[in-house]
Amino acid sequence: MPSFLPRLEARAEPSEAMRYASPLIAVALTLIGGLIIFAILGKNPLEGFRVFFLSPLKDAYGVSELFLKATPLMLIAVGLAVGFRANVWNIGAEGQFIMGAVAAGGVALVFFGRSSPLLLPAMVVAGALGGALWAAIPALLRTRFNANEILVSLMLVYIAQLGVSWLVHGPWKDPEGFNFPQTKMFHDAALLPMLVEGTRLNAAFVLALGALLACYVFMNRSFLGFQMQVAGEAEAASRYAGFSTKRMIWIGMLAGGAMAGIAGMGEVAGPMGQLTEHVSNNYGFAAIIVAFVGRLNALGIFFASLLMALLYLGGEQAQQYLSLPSSISKVFQGMLLFFLLGTDLFVNYRLRFSGR
Amino acid sequence: MADNSLTFILFATIVAGTPLIITALGELVTEKSGVLNLGAEGIMAVGAVAAFAITHHSSNPWLGVLAGAAAGAAMSLIFGVLTLTLLANQVASGLALSIFGVGLSAFIGKSYESVALKAVPALRIPVLADIPVLGNALFNHQALVYASWLLFAGIAWFLYRSRAGLILRAIGESPASAHSIGYNVIRIRYLATIFGGAMAGIGGAFLSVFYTPLWVEGMVAGRGWIALALVVFATWRPMRVLVGAYLFGGVMISQLFVQGSGIQLDVPAQFLASLPYWATIIVLVIISRDINKIRLNSPVSLGQPYRPDA
Repeated sequence: MPSFLPRLEARAEPSEAMRYASPLIAVALTLIGGLIIFAILGKNPLEGFRVFFLSPLKDAYGVSELFLKATPLMLIAVGLAVGFRANVWNIGAEGQFIMGAVAAGGVALVFFGRSSPLLLPAMVVAGALGGALWAAIPALLRTRFNANEILVSLMLVYIAQLGVSWLVHGPWKDPEGFNFPQTKMFHDAALLPMLVEGTRLNAAFVLALGALLACYVFMNRSFLGFQMQVAGEAEAASRYAGFSTKRMIWIGMLAGGAMAGIAGMGEVAGPMGQLTEHVSNNYGFAAIIVAFVGRLNALGIFFASLLMALLYLGGEQAQQYLSLPSSISKVFQGMLLFFLLGTDLFVNYRLRFSGR
Repeated sequence: MADNSLTFILFATIVAGTPLIITALGELVTEKSGVLNLGAEGIMAVGAVAAFAITHHSSNPWLGVLAGAAAGAAMSLIFGVLTLTLLANQVASGLALSIFGVGLSAFIGKSYESVALKAVPALRIPVLADIPVLGNALFNHQALVYASWLLFAGIAWFLYRSRAGLILRAIGESPASAHSIGYNVIRIRYLATIFGGAMAGIGGAFLSVFYTPLWVEGMVAGRGWIALALVVFATWRPMRVLVGAYLFGGVMISQLFVQGSGIQLDVPAQFLASLPYWATIIVLVIISRDINKIRLNSPVSLGQPYRPDA
C-alpha cells in the first residue's frame, strides 16, 4: 500500500552539511518559538522580539556587554567540549566555576592591598586549580570506583554553592559590608584590566579567545585530541587501539574543571569585583548548551556563546521593558537545546516522501 | 521525652523521604523499559510549580497533585519525542529537560513566590496511630505519604507479578527480541517514560503543596538527581528504593538530629545542608565499586536508542 507519510530513512553516511545546518535551524526554531511564547504571554510578538533579541545590541556598549557575558560561557564550554568529545560527561561546571571563583577570591583577599604584577596571574592559576580540583573528585571516583560522573559532578555543584554561601556569610564576610553576604571589594591590582575604556569588557575575554585557539590546536592537531575523538565516536575501536580510557576521563574532567575555574576567576576579578553567594549566573549549565550548539568545536563555541549571551541580555531587557521574569532566558536556552537535539536526527536520517 | 523526639525524627524522615520514593519509583519504571531519563530534577520543578499554582487557584490540593502529574507527563513527553521518535541522545536530552524545567519553573513561579498555601491536614489512621512511639510516626501523615506506600506495593506487584511488567522488563533487557515477538517497543517505552514523568511531577507536587507548602525558586534542590542516584543505589529494585529513600530522608533532616540530641554542635548550617549530597556521592561510590553488581542489575538496553528496522 503506498504511503504518503514521509518515512525516515537512514543515510549511508552522516550528513556533514546537516551537522552544521542543524544548529542554525535550531536557532531559527527557537526564534519562532520565542514569538509564540510572547504571543501566549499576551505581549506583542514583534515588540517582544525587538526588546529581547535586538535592543541589547543597539549600541557599542551593548555589544561590549554581549562579549562580557559570552566570556565565561566560552571559557567553560571550550573546556567541557574536550570531555564531551570523549563522552566524558562533566555536568558540574557550575560547581567548578564557583570553586575557581573561591580560590581566586581567596588569593585576592590574602594578598589584599599588595600591588604585585604577579597577583592576577596567581589568581588565574588559583582559579584553574580550584576548578580542576573540584573536577578531580568525579574523575577520581569514576576511574577508581566507576561512580557515575554525571551524578557526582552534579552533587558537587550543590556542595560548592553551600560552601561559598558559608564563606561569605561567615569567615570571609566583609566586616564593613552592612552584614551583606559578600566579601570586601578586591583592590585594583586584583581586578582584570579593561580592554575598552568606558565598558566592562576585560582581559578575561582575551583569555577566552586564547582558550578557543588552544582548544582548536588540541582537538585538531594533537594525537591526544584525536584519541579523545575516537573514544567518543567509536569506543570499541579506541579500546582496541589501546588508548587509555582512564587518561581520557582525567583529561576531559580536568580540562572542563580548569576552564570553568578560570571563568569563575574572571567573574570575581571582572564585573563583580568581589565574591558573593550568587557568583555564578547559571553559566555552568548554560555552557553545556553552548558546547552542544557549538558542535564541540572552537569556532562553533565562539558563535554559540555569543548567541547564549544574547539570550541572557534579552532576559534582562525583557524584565525591564516587558515586565517578564528574567528567567525567560532559561526557557529559551532549554528550547534551543531541545530543537538542536531534535533536528540532529537529520544528520543521520532523511525523510523519504515517496511510498514504496 | 526521648520517645517524643524519636517519634518526631521518624515522622520527619518519612516525610522527607516521600518525594524521593515517588520520583525514584517512577524513574525505576522508566529505566526498566530501557529509557534513561535524566530530566527528573526539571520535571519535579515544573510539577511543583504547576501543583502550587493550581492548588492556589482552586484551593484543592488534589487538583494540584493532578496538575503536577499532568505537567510531569507533558515534560516527559517532550523527552519521549526527542529520544524515542527523533532518536536523540538520552543523556543530552535528559540534561536539556532538567535545564529547561528548572528555568521554566522559575519563570512560571515568579508570581507565586510570596503566596502561602493552607497546610494539607494529616489523615490520622484510627487504632494504628495509637501505637506508642511508632503510631504517630507512621500513621498520622498526609494522605500522599500513604499513597507513596501504595505506589510502592503497586509497582513491586506490576514489575514482578504482572504480565505487563514482564513485557516492560523484557523490552528493557532486549528490545530487539521483544520487537520480534510482536511487542511495540516504542509505544511501551513512551508509556513508561510518561508514567515516570507523571510520578516525578507528583514528587514535585508533594514538595510545594504538602511539605513546605510554598513555592521558592530552586526548592527541588537536587532531589531529582538524588532520586536518580537512588535507583542505581537500589540496583533497580523497588524495595531498596523504599529503604534508600528513607535513609536519604534521614540525612536530609540531619539538623533535627543535632537539635534532638541536645549536644551543642558548632557546625555551620551549610555543612548540615550539604550532607545529603555527600551521602549521595558516598553511596554511589560504594554501590558502583563492584562493576558486576551494576552490570548484572541494570536493564541491558538502558540509555540506548532503539529503532525497529521494519
